Amino acid sequence: MWQEFKQSIVVSIWFVFLTFPLMVVRVNTMEDLVEWRWMNIAWVAIASFLLSYLWRYMLARKQVRKKVEEEGGDTRSKLQIMLENESLRFKAMGVLLVAALVYPQIFDTYQTTIMISALIYVVLGLGLNINVGLAGMLDLGYVAFFGIGAYTFGILNHHFDVGFWMMLPVGGMVGCLFGVILGFPILRLRGDYLAIVTLGFGMILKVVLENWGSLTFGPSGIANIDKPGLFGLDLSLANHTIYIYYIMIALVVFTIIVTNRLKNSRVGRAWMALREDEVACIAMGIDMARTKLSAYALGAFWAGMIGVVFASKTTFINPASFTFMESAIILSIVVLGGMGSILGVILGAFILILLPEYMRAFSEYRMLIFGASMTLMMIFRPQGLISGLRQTYLYKGAKEEIDNG
Amino acid sequence: MAENKHKLLEVKGLTMDFGGLRAVDSVSLDVHEGEIAALIGPNGAGKTTFFNCVTGIYNPTRGDILLHPKEQKTRRLNGLKPNKVTEMGLARTFQNIRLFQGMTVLENVMIGRHCRTKAGIFHAILRGKTFREEEQQIVESSYQLLEKVGLGDSANEFAKNLPYGAQRRLEIARAMATDPLLLLLDEPAAGMNPQETSALDQLIVKISTEEKIAILLIEHDMKLVMNISDPVYVMEYGKKIAEGSPQQIKDNPKVIEAYLGEEADA
Ligand SMILES: Nc1ncnc2c1ncn2[C@@H]1O[C@H](COP(=O)(O)OP(=O)(O)O)[C@@H](O)[C@H]1O
Ligand SMILES: [Mg+2]
Repeated sequence: MWQEFKQSIVVSIWFVFLTFPLMVVRVNTMEDLVEWRWMNIAWVAIASFLLSYLWRYMLARKQVRKKVEEEGGDTRSKLQIMLENESLRFKAMGVLLVAALVYPQIFDTYQTTIMISALIYVVLGLGLNINVGLAGMLDLGYVAFFGIGAYTFGILNHHFDVGFWMMLPVGGMVGCLFGVILGFPILRLRGDYLAIVTLGFGMILKVVLENWGSLTFGPSGIANIDKPGLFGLDLSLANHTIYIYYIMIALVVFTIIVTNRLKNSRVGRAWMALREDEVACIAMGIDMARTKLSAYALGAFWAGMIGVVFASKTTFINPASFTFMESAIILSIVVLGGMGSILGVILGAFILILLPEYMRAFSEYRMLIFGASMTLMMIFRPQGLISGLRQTYLYKGAKEEIDNG
Repeated sequence: MAENKHKLLEVKGLTMDFGGLRAVDSVSLDVHEGEIAALIGPNGAGKTTFFNCVTGIYNPTRGDILLHPKEQKTRRLNGLKPNKVTEMGLARTFQNIRLFQGMTVLENVMIGRHCRTKAGIFHAILRGKTFREEEQQIVESSYQLLEKVGLGDSANEFAKNLPYGAQRRLEIARAMATDPLLLLLDEPAAGMNPQETSALDQLIVKISTEEKIAILLIEHDMKLVMNISDPVYVMEYGKKIAEGSPQQIKDNPKVIEAYLGEEADA
């Protein structure tokens, strides 16, 4: 601590020295005067000291955590320990669900709309979490499946008037199908190569959407897509928003249940094994091609499905909605929240989607803040906000253990 | 090496080239049921490469790898993918430990059960009765294996937090979870202290006698294998230079030379 304090003092003095000519001295050419703004130097000193101290403190903490881990100690945070307690987790989820259900009754249409887009990203994050977090396949073109789902609905709705409810599962299936088709060429790739090829998929989709005018209506997009129907009732705009909000809540719950079940199953364990060590994984009798394809296709399923909701919510889609930026945001949600952790991804989606909405004042600096916070995150907490919960199982020998503790 | 024993694995003239380098040079080797066979030789002799060929990680340049499961027809393992080889009944450990570090000890073993269980995506989502039963059965059998290798207490730890010797034993448990006919261990005692090594020797003998699993064991250090294995095969520069009982190997001038040569190099 003392060490860090001293170093921070040095840094702050150094900064004062460096910025002195800029911050303090001002030559007023009109009156041939030199102004000395001594107050500024105090600000520089304090700010640089605090920043430097915080930086060092965080690094030191990370170091300590690493050391404890190497010695086999417990490095879980209090939050993490609480989350690993199953009954507590269920209670927390119950509270959250109730809060989510009353939300649109309390807040106005605008707030509800924002919340809908956050929920859309929750599902997207959970879907991508299967690829990236569980199976360890870095996918930079995830938005392709989102776009495919949205356009499948847009096109079929435009030409054949197919409704939302019909298309919701179909969108998922189509996403899944494309996941399998695009999955084959990437079976042998991993790491950076995989990232580059999937990045290409995203780019290709956008180019196709922009240029295949006869099918996709090109850059002008598809307008007047139907909103979800409710037994043929005519809903007002506000009510429709609330309706879509509830649909999204249901889909989020559905996604959480399904991805959680997948994660804690034979299939999910195979994904994780693949992420941990590919060679050991196949040597243990796991079919790599099948495992990778299933992860890729199931990740794509959610994107395809939620693409339908997106198209239906905005009633208008064009290629500009499906750029690399979207892939990057979804990936950031997974990385920020914590790879492989369902709760982490939900938290990540809320932070990354809601914060920019409520901080419109800083909207110019949005990407700057975004980039800086991701970088800081990687330096200080690479495992994300909430790292994957450890799954424990009940076996005969463990029953007493659990009763005691 | 009694003659009436059933021959389980038969490798004939196995050759593996890496570009110009012949890492394994027409090596033939048999493992019979109930045996603890050993493959020894100095560093770089090609032992690990031999394992990688047999288990499908590499596709050998030449040679035959035949598996004769009892009361079933013979299977040729050449060119099969590693997961298929494992399904056929060969399981292995790695010289440089390859555990699933971020998963728990129990989960590591549960992965080994993968190829003997069936539940698919829809089972996992629907969680029917068969799924839950199979899942519980995977947990129980994996836990029993952990007890067998003495890791029952660490079941819920992360694999990366285990001490070195325990990680090696976990690899053995994970391999055993695939219900193998033959277990291939690549330098299981590497980096262990003498106590850990003798415990490991006992474990290997126990697996052989109680579980009726044949074992092919790579060891770098000749002395270690002499107590527990018979027959012993010796490799040097990719070639098999000797085979026989431990006593025969000890007295074999070629083997002595290979090992002396290595000591002189070191
Ligand atoms: N993938 C590979 N590519 C090229 N050379 C290899 C490869 N694997 C092993 N070798 C070479 O094969 C020889 C035998 O290595 P290895 O089988 O690891 O020996 P051992 O296990 O007996 O110590 C070494 O010379 C090694 O460099
Ligand atoms: Mg070796």
